[in-house]
Amino acid sequence: MEKIIEIKNLTKNYGKFQAVKDVSMQVFKGDVYGFLGPNGAGKSTTIRCMLSLIKPSSGSIKIFDKDLSKNRNEILSKIGCIVEKPDFYKYLSAAKNIEIFGRISGADVSSKNIHKTLEFVGLKGREKDKVSGFSHGMKQRLGIAQTLIHNPDLIILDEPTTGLDPQGIIDIRNLILQLKNEQNKTILLSSHILSEIELIANRMVIINKGVTVVEGEVKTLLNQEELIVVFETDNALRATEILGKEIIAEVLSETHFQAHIHKDEISPINLKLLQNGLQVFGIETKRKLEDYFLKLINA
Amino acid sequence: MFLKNTYNEFIKIAAKPRTYISIAAITLLVGIILFAMKVDGPTYISFITASFEQTLSFEGNIMNGNLMAFIILQMLIIQIPLLVALVTGDLISGEAAMGSIRMLLTKPISRTKILLSKYLAGLIYTLLILVWLGIMSVIVGKIMFGEGDLMVLNSDGLVILKYNDVNWRFFSGFGVAFLALTTVATLSIMLSCFSENSIGPIVSTMSVIILFTIIGSLDVPVFDNIRPYLFTTHMAAWRSFFEDPLPLDNIRQSVVVLLTHIAVFLGIALYKFNKKDILS
Repeated sequence: MEKIIEIKNLTKNYGKFQAVKDVSMQVFKGDVYGFLGPNGAGKSTTIRCMLSLIKPSSGSIKIFDKDLSKNRNEILSKIGCIVEKPDFYKYLSAAKNIEIFGRISGADVSSKNIHKTLEFVGLKGREKDKVSGFSHGMKQRLGIAQTLIHNPDLIILDEPTTGLDPQGIIDIRNLILQLKNEQNKTILLSSHILSEIELIANRMVIINKGVTVVEGEVKTLLNQEELIVVFETDNALRATEILGKEIIAEVLSETHFQAHIHKDEISPINLKLLQNGLQVFGIETKRKLEDYFLKLINA
Repeated sequence: MFLKNTYNEFIKIAAKPRTYISIAAITLLVGIILFAMKVDGPTYISFITASFEQTLSFEGNIMNGNLMAFIILQMLIIQIPLLVALVTGDLISGEAAMGSIRMLLTKPISRTKILLSKYLAGLIYTLLILVWLGIMSVIVGKIMFGEGDLMVLNSDGLVILKYNDVNWRFFSGFGVAFLALTTVATLSIMLSCFSENSIGPIVSTMSVIILFTIIGSLDVPVFDNIRPYLFTTHMAAWRSFFEDPLPLDNIRQSVVVLLTHIAVFLGIALYKFNKKDILS
């Protein structure tokens, strides 16, 4: 698979403080790559290094198989990004802002293309409005328009849903999925919310205190973990007695109990309950995302 | 890409309300001076010529457009640096304060080109201010007060320049004044590279100018050695073009000092801007 981003042993020091230490990652073409970590983990520092906003203390960054330090302009011409939050020229209109950023990105800044891009992010009819009057959600949409105006191959979004209301989060998530599915963009998405990454990304890395904790396929990483499985039966107490001490289970009500088990244990438990004359009406799985995340970053 | 970004920078400058403060201020100040001279000019002139009236007799239109332009330039050339710094001091730090510098510096254009395009846009703005000052003082002055020989009072005495001998002097004087204002613009852009707020570089620029001006005007021997090398000493070099004969050595020295300051300030600005980690 074609590597789009390859970071090796990236370190950034501010005096004695190590913001990022030996971080490595690989992003492949077509990935929606989740870049996860708690606040202050070093995500933004890593992204700023990738965009040449700050100079790494050591390590190497290759994007599109080229060394960033030697091919900065060529690489950046194929990247669209939002770092932390999109800050625009408030005294200019949405269209003028896109024109300004598009022009130095080498984009077609014709009125038609600008309007088409703003329409794609849901800002049709607001082209001539000054950005000073835009809500946070609208600025995020404008930020995404700014990343797309020059049709980049790689899109880097640093916490794009921070500060948005639930509808805004869903809209941005759908936009990202649309970019992946319809335009086959490679997307690097940083976040401190695991459930958000799980919904969008196919691969991810988790960093904490500037250090890589884990990297790999989202499904594989999350499936290694125990699930909370809620069973609905006709007799929850008897069900837990049948399962015995081998399974850690707790009764929630007369009809419901929950067990901390792996995915491959669900079917045998179901069979055991049926063989013992109990009826199973429903099985609901809940992933302990927060626990998983905390376990990793506290390890 | 350099020219495209320079165009962008000029769009930004043109869209900021503060840009028009300078134009409005110059228009208002020149208007007030011209109005005052029209109403009470002879009294002002007689105050200046009083000491010569026993030995010289003045004939013709002394209070003419050339004299008005000279008086206006002398009065306003001190304030113009503030108007220049108001816009140029904000070019880098304003973007840092707003946060837009993050997006700007992730575009496929080198930091050197970004800084130089901002610098060029700032210089065009400075030139426009000066051209507007020239239009208001020389052209409007001549329309209101007519042509005539220019009478200039220097430290060496009174110099009278024929009316057909002053246009090139104004033109050259504006050229050197532009160089002086370019020095101010370069200083403020340099300070702007060190700051993350808009006001700091503007205040710092004016503080440097005030400090250097005070050092330059203090008649204390300890400052004698540094005075000739302060750029503020040469801010009024444009006046040399209204002396007869022309003090060419002085003009040349002023140009060299100003150009040296511009080169040093620009060099520091480029170094700092290229090395700067963008953390805002």
